[in-house]
Amino acid sequence: MSISSLKSLRSVVVPMSAGWSLFLVGGLAHADYALNFQKPVTEIGREVYDLHMLVVWIITVIFVGVFGVMFYSLFKHRKSRGHKAATFHESTTVEVIWTVIPFIILLVMAIPSTATLIKMDNVSGSDMTVKITGYQWKWKYDYMDHDISFISTLSTPQDQIKNKAEKSENYLLEVDNELVLPVGKKIRFLVTAADVIHAWWVPQLALKKDAIPGFINEIWTKIDEPGTYRGQCAELCGKDHGFMPIVVRAVNEKDFTTWVKEQKAIKLAAVAAADKTWSKDELMQKGKKVYAQCAACHGATGKGVPGVFPPMEGSKIVAGPVAEHLNIVMNGKPNTAMAAYAAQLNDIDIAAVVTYERNAFGNDTGDVVQPADVKVLR
Amino acid sequence: MSGAQGSYYLPNPSPYPLVASMGLFLLALGFVFFVNDVAMGPWAMIAGAAVIVLMMFRWFGVVISESQSGAYNQQVDSSFRMGMAWFIFSEVMFFAAFFGALFYVRQFSVEWLAGTELLWPGYEGGWPTAGPAGAEVIAADTPPSAANQFSPMGAWGIPAINTLLLLTSGATLTVAHWGLRKGNRSQLIIWLALTVVLGISFLGFQAFEYAHAYSELGLTLKAGVYGATFFMLTGFHGFHVTMGVIMLTVILVRCIKGHFSADHHFAFEGVAWYWHFVDVVWLGLFVFVYWL
Amino acid sequence: MSTDHHEDRPQGLTRWLFTTNHKDIGTLYLWFSFTMAVVGGIMSLVIRSELWEPGLQIVEPGFFNQMTTLHGLIMVFGFVMPAFVGLANWQLPMMIGAPDMALPRMNNWSFWLLPPAATLLVLSLFAPGGAPGVGWTLYAPLSTRAGMGMDFVILSIHMLGISSILGSINIIATILNMRAPGMILMKMPMFVWSWLITAFLLLAAIPVLAGAVTMLLTDRHFGTSFFDAAGGGDPVLFQHIFWFFGHPEVYILVLPAFGVFSQIIPTFARKPLFGYTSMVFATATIAFLSFIVWAHHMYTVGMPMGGELFFMYATMLIAVPTGVKVFNWVSTMWQGSMTFETPMLWAIGGVFTFTMGGITGLMLSVTPADFQYHDTYFVVAHFHYTIIGGSVLAIFAAVYYWLPKWTGHMFSEPLGKTHFWLTLIGFNLTFFPQHFLGLAGMPRRIPDYALQFTGFNEVSTVGSFITIVAQLIFFYLVFKCIRGGKKATDQVWEDAEGLEWAVPSPAPYHTFATPPQVK
Ligand code: HEA
Ligand code: HEA
Ligand code: HEC
Ligand code: CUA
Ligand SMILES: [Cu+2]
Repeated sequence: MSISSLKSLRSVVVPMSAGWSLFLVGGLAHADYALNFQKPVTEIGREVYDLHMLVVWIITVIFVGVFGVMFYSLFKHRKSRGHKAATFHESTTVEVIWTVIPFIILLVMAIPSTATLIKMDNVSGSDMTVKITGYQWKWKYDYMDHDISFISTLSTPQDQIKNKAEKSENYLLEVDNELVLPVGKKIRFLVTAADVIHAWWVPQLALKKDAIPGFINEIWTKIDEPGTYRGQCAELCGKDHGFMPIVVRAVNEKDFTTWVKEQKAIKLAAVAAADKTWSKDELMQKGKKVYAQCAACHGATGKGVPGVFPPMEGSKIVAGPVAEHLNIVMNGKPNTAMAAYAAQLNDIDIAAVVTYERNAFGNDTGDVVQPADVKVLR
Repeated sequence: MSGAQGSYYLPNPSPYPLVASMGLFLLALGFVFFVNDVAMGPWAMIAGAAVIVLMMFRWFGVVISESQSGAYNQQVDSSFRMGMAWFIFSEVMFFAAFFGALFYVRQFSVEWLAGTELLWPGYEGGWPTAGPAGAEVIAADTPPSAANQFSPMGAWGIPAINTLLLLTSGATLTVAHWGLRKGNRSQLIIWLALTVVLGISFLGFQAFEYAHAYSELGLTLKAGVYGATFFMLTGFHGFHVTMGVIMLTVILVRCIKGHFSADHHFAFEGVAWYWHFVDVVWLGLFVFVYWL
Repeated sequence: MSTDHHEDRPQGLTRWLFTTNHKDIGTLYLWFSFTMAVVGGIMSLVIRSELWEPGLQIVEPGFFNQMTTLHGLIMVFGFVMPAFVGLANWQLPMMIGAPDMALPRMNNWSFWLLPPAATLLVLSLFAPGGAPGVGWTLYAPLSTRAGMGMDFVILSIHMLGISSILGSINIIATILNMRAPGMILMKMPMFVWSWLITAFLLLAAIPVLAGAVTMLLTDRHFGTSFFDAAGGGDPVLFQHIFWFFGHPEVYILVLPAFGVFSQIIPTFARKPLFGYTSMVFATATIAFLSFIVWAHHMYTVGMPMGGELFFMYATMLIAVPTGVKVFNWVSTMWQGSMTFETPMLWAIGGVFTFTMGGITGLMLSVTPADFQYHDTYFVVAHFHYTIIGGSVLAIFAAVYYWLPKWTGHMFSEPLGKTHFWLTLIGFNLTFFPQHFLGLAGMPRRIPDYALQFTGFNEVSTVGSFITIVAQLIFFYLVFKCIRGGKKATDQVWEDAEGLEWAVPSPAPYHTFATPPQVK
């Protein structure tokens, strides 16, 4: 190795080890910048954090040890310094030693890992249950004990994503309806999915679980402090996998009770609204909003994606009988990306979006579908 | 080449591998088109298959004539043996994937689904099953009375007969091999022919069984995981039996032509190993797919 | 007999199309692999350019996923695996004193299955809806719902699989059956040992992958429900089968690299390999363990507790035999008389960066912590360190080590060294920051990200461009070395040991007409 190559070696090793030391030290200080885990806010989260740091330290020491020896040798035992090669080529003793010692180190790692894992697995004694369902590309939350359920989607405007507007602080990590949870309660989550596999992940809660269609996974958390904790879908789930964030707002118990009451009131209002007859304009307006969910596949202008997602513009089903149209929207089409929306949207939304599709993008069937028409199909 | 080890036969450049790949490419492309309803699909598949079949005739023809001309020494023979043995090992692993799937669904997924009351109310699991949203299972070998039902395949009808057929064919093949080793031509040919006949009968029974399943039992590929594992396992096995029968027939013809000598007959042994492998897989099928 | 005109090389196009010569086939493999590296490399630049800053810059999210998928598949199946098979083809017969591979015609077929398979893979881009954007892991049910491109990929994998199976059968038969008299198994060079064991891994793993994609195919088109809960199947079943293949696959990528390190380090340390016997056993142990750790890729699917613990312990165990190998390499250097020609630089760099990937692998093996690492850029960093740091650097090390033997010319050392340093710097700049990105919470397989991840992503993108540009040097160097240069001696490297150094440079078309006697 020439002197110049040693210099360039330094140019890589120095910044890299600087980064790493910062990381180790920063880690110890629980600092809040983007080198290490985000600050955990649950007991399990802190345990995981400590486990992570334990392993990081172990491997750093091993790495520095092994490569310290190697670099020493690279400098001292080179031909250009006149070093003559030794001839030894085995030693049962050292070979046994360096088989046994790593094994012991592994035990040191395995024991606390096992303990933490067992704790994570124990969902018993929970105070409330939330069912989480992943859809392409949004989350649905059902508060099993409070009869509340809603869908949570990305709220970052397309303009920001397309670089046409200034990006907001929580770019891509913001949603329309946050998952509101009380602090200090053991909350059980039932995680599942409706179409493909997703994964529900909130780093600060140290929770990540796959949402698998047809199966339910159970996890739990107990949040220490109020705050807003942001996460993302962590399993590739198709086109907009990068755009299905999760926002948890942890509040104290009193605020939670108030929030529950509000949600109930909103729900009652919705039921009332479903019974009235809607004007075409109202439906079109509402439908345009709901259609934002469909736009992910069928395009904002109803053009779809050729070969993958059919256009709404000029679609035979959209131009055909209302019943067929309602049928595909409510029940989806098995084994395609077209999901059943009956469980995701209420009667008003479905009526509105179908009305909208039938009268937008150059479609002009003139049909008006009322919430009541949807209700009878349920 | 010459010299002590120089007698290891190194073949001349050969066009057949390339032709084989082109054929396979056409077949694959045609298949993709076919399953996606592109019109030219079936034609491309037929063309590809034809290329492959023709290529095999030529390639094997060359190998046989090289073998007849005495080009292959002991060491070449042993390369062939290793090749065949490890090829069969890879086939075993292929079946292992499907057996693995069978064990997994029976042991785990069906049980878990049965425990998922929230999503699949009323589903009880058990085996056979077509899953929580699939057709309902009724007793084995009974034609269903309603549309949404299927009947699994019992073990003690055709499958048991087929087990006997295959086991016997393994034995007859061994008798033929003894004949070959002793230089008893008529023993070789008669018992080998018998093996071929047994193999064909097996396939006949299996075809009948499939027709019965589809037309009378409501048991199809679409009958949930039971149908899926049943047809994929028995189907791939049946495909291997078909290959085996073709190989046995080729060997039979070559025996009749007198290609093999008592101590030089790798092709015969290779096919025999293959046949025994197919046999063993069947035993696994009989036990885990039909019986238990 | 028809073998007389063997000594003269056939000429023209048919020499390459019809060849049964291990060296020609080796060359074909290496150039194929090079081409695929370029294609996969360009795709990685699309990925990195899109990730240069937040917001959608140059591609649509759907197309981004297609790039990720094809990048992974092409790099793994098109670049690294064929590169090692190419090296095996060139070197195994020379290293064990054989006239050629055991089954030369089949050898040709193994190669010529690859271009059509690669064509299918690339054709998928032109299917309606494009290539599948499902990740190289092809998870169901995303893949069962994907468009026609998915079928291209499935059939391509079938063909690649046939190629690998035939190739490994050939390698096993060659090593077990064609060794020169006196070369007992425990005298085989480590590269030969590594390939023998890798070939067994291939034989056991690839057919399982074939089974997995076959089930995908029937689920897609023939109504089976292996991966559909409604019919009693389970999407997770696909992951089990895939990773039963997939984990051994990563050792398929790296064991031959270990073999390369074990050839090169002793040569330039002028000292025999330390712990030959334990190297052999460690390699075999790794191979065995690789079949019982697969579910460490799926800790988050919700396996029963016992399963999670078993797979965690088994995964951790792999560190022991791998550690033995690393310690042996360091001990080989210890008290040596080292020089640092280009191949040695790549080998040392390889051991160093591979170990960085290895120890982050160990972090991933810790189940509760992996819940946090899983599907983030931390994993991306881990496997690029193991694959590029281990396998790719080893491929370059091997090419530099044996290039003079193949061409008969020495290559330019300054260029080789520049290539090394630029690659090393570029690659570390690309992937080191990704550790931090992952820990801080950036998921993988996303075309756009939150603002706090911007800085490291920019560094990473710069690094990737440096890496790619460095490869132009390599291309130029190889081109020049084929055309001419200082004549290489037979031994090429002072103190190189092994049969391949006993034959002239360039090696004659048929290496050993009469088998050498091994002491
Ligand atoms: C060449 C390829 C290669 C290699 C060699 C490895 C080696 C290892 N890998 Fe890696 N891995 C991949 C390629 C590879 N991996 C890929 C491609 C993925 C992602 C796939 C995808 O999802 O797309 C992946 C993902 C992956 C995961 C899943 C992460 C996730 O998705 O959540 C895990 C988890 O356990 C893991 C672990 C390991 C371990 C423990 C090793 C061990 O073999 C490492 C052993 C080596 C060492 C430990 C270093 C040397 C040892 C010492 C110096 C001795 C002393 C050390 C100690 C005692 C600590 N890998
Ligand atoms: C062999 C494997 C391999 C190699 C070499 C690379 C090389 C590179 N990869 Fe990666 N990558 C994968 C395998 C590989 N990759 C896999 C499996 C995935 C996961 C896919 C998925 O999620 O589904 C992935 C994913 C992946 C991602 C994450 C994408 C995402 O999650 O959205 C990124 C992002 O930066 C990335 C970047 C790069 C870059 C910049 C390089 C650059 O370093 C490239 C530079 C080029 C080289 C280093 C090659 C040089 C070689 C030659 C010129 C040929 C020499 C030939 C001979 C000597 C014969 N890759
Ligand atoms: C994840 C992607 C996706 C989303 C989101 C989606 N669809 Fe679809 N949709 C599809 C696909 C794929 C098809 C085609 C199914 C098939 O193969 O026939 C389809 C078909 C349709 C059709 C029939 C069109 C025709 O001509 O065949 C209608 C109507 C429709 N969707 C309405 C909607 C509405 C309303 C919404 C939102 C509430 C929506 N879709 C959301 C993917 C989606
Ligand atoms: Cu949902 Cu990724
Ligand atoms: Cu793994």
